[in-house]
Amino acid sequence: MKSTVSSPGARPAWTLLFAAWVVAAAATLGSLFFSEVMRIPVCVLCWYQRIAMYPLAVILAMGLFPHDPRVVRYAGPLVGVGWFIALYHVLVIAGLIPEGMQPCVLGIPCSETHIALFGFLSIPVMSLLTFTVIGVLLFYAHKKESS
Amino acid sequence: MNRKTLFISVAVLLVVAFGVGVFMYQRSASQGFSQSLVERAGAPIKGPKDAKVTIVEFFDPACGTCRDFYPLVHHLIAQYPGKVRVMMRYAPLHAGSDQVVKMLEAARYQGKFWDALELLFRTQYQWVVNHRSQPMRALTILGSLGLDMKKFSADLKSPELTQTIEKDVQDGHTLKVRATPEFFVNGRPLPSFGFKQLSSLVQDAVDDAY
Repeated sequence: MKSTVSSPGARPAWTLLFAAWVVAAAATLGSLFFSEVMRIPVCVLCWYQRIAMYPLAVILAMGLFPHDPRVVRYAGPLVGVGWFIALYHVLVIAGLIPEGMQPCVLGIPCSETHIALFGFLSIPVMSLLTFTVIGVLLFYAHKKESS
Repeated sequence: MNRKTLFISVAVLLVVAFGVGVFMYQRSASQGFSQSLVERAGAPIKGPKDAKVTIVEFFDPACGTCRDFYPLVHHLIAQYPGKVRVMMRYAPLHAGSDQVVKMLEAARYQGKFWDALELLFRTQYQWVVNHRSQPMRALTILGSLGLDMKKFSADLKSPELTQTIEKDVQDGHTLKVRATPEFFVNGRPLPSFGFKQLSSLVQDAVDDAY
C-alpha cells in the first residue's frame, strides 16, 4: 500500500471530475468545429451557452491537478446557467415559446436548426444533453467526496 | 496510467480528432456540387453562351461586397474572352431584399436585368439604410429605367416570378449560402472568401476545360 492519505472516495471523485472535463472539452471543440469549420452561424442563445461551457473546459481541468473537490462549487453554477439557457433554446425551437419572445436579431434566428444527427440531435439538444451529463457527473463527484 | 498521462493523452486525442475533422470536412466540401443544384436554367447570364466555365454568384442587391465584386467579376469574364460567363442567382439575405430581387427579376422580363442591377448597385446608399432594404425607394430609382411599369407591377405579382425567387432561395439553403456574395465556379465553392481565391479557382477551371 502506498502511503497517500487521500480519503477512500477520492479516486472515484477524481474520475468523475475527469469525465466531466472530457465532456466539456469535447463540447467546446465541437462547437468551435460547427462555427469555425462548418461556418454555421452562431445565434445569441448559442453564445450564452458557450459562455457557460467554455470556462468549464478550463476550470474542471484546474480542479484535476491537484485534485480540488471544491471545483464542483465553482463549476456548478456555470452548468446550471448553461442548462437553463439550453432548455430555453430547445423550447424555442420546439415552438413552445412564442415567436415574439425570442431575443434573436440580426438575421440569425435561434429557431432555425442546421444539424439533425440521427434525425433528432440538433445542436441545442446536444448542448442540453451535454450540460445534463456534466451536471450529473459533478453531482456524483460531490457526493462521493462528501460521503 | 497515472492521472497526468491520462489527462494529456485525452487532451491530445481531442485536438487530433478536431484536426482530422477539419481535414475531412474541407476535403468533402471542396469537391463541388452538381450543376443542376448550382445553376438554374433561365437565370440571368453575362458572357458567351458556349463558355465552358460558369461562375455562379449568389447575391443580394443590398450587399456592399456584392457591389464591390461586380466590376471584378466582369473583369474576370473579360480576362478569358469566350471562356467564362457569370450567372446571377438571388440570395435576398437582407431584410426587405426579397422585394427588391423580385423587381430585378421583373426587370429581367423586359430585358433590363443588368441595367437595373447596375443602377441599384450605384445607388445602393440611397435605398439601403442600416443594412435594411427600402423597397419603395428602390422602386422609385428603377422608375428611371424606362420600364413598362404596368407590365412590371403585373409581373411582380406573378406566381412564376415568385417560384423563380423561391427556387434560388431554396438552392441557396441547400448549398449553405449564408453570406453574400457566394461564388461557385463550375460547381466548386471558394476554399475561403476573397477575390484572389475566386480568380485562381476560375484560372483552374479554365485550365481544366480548355
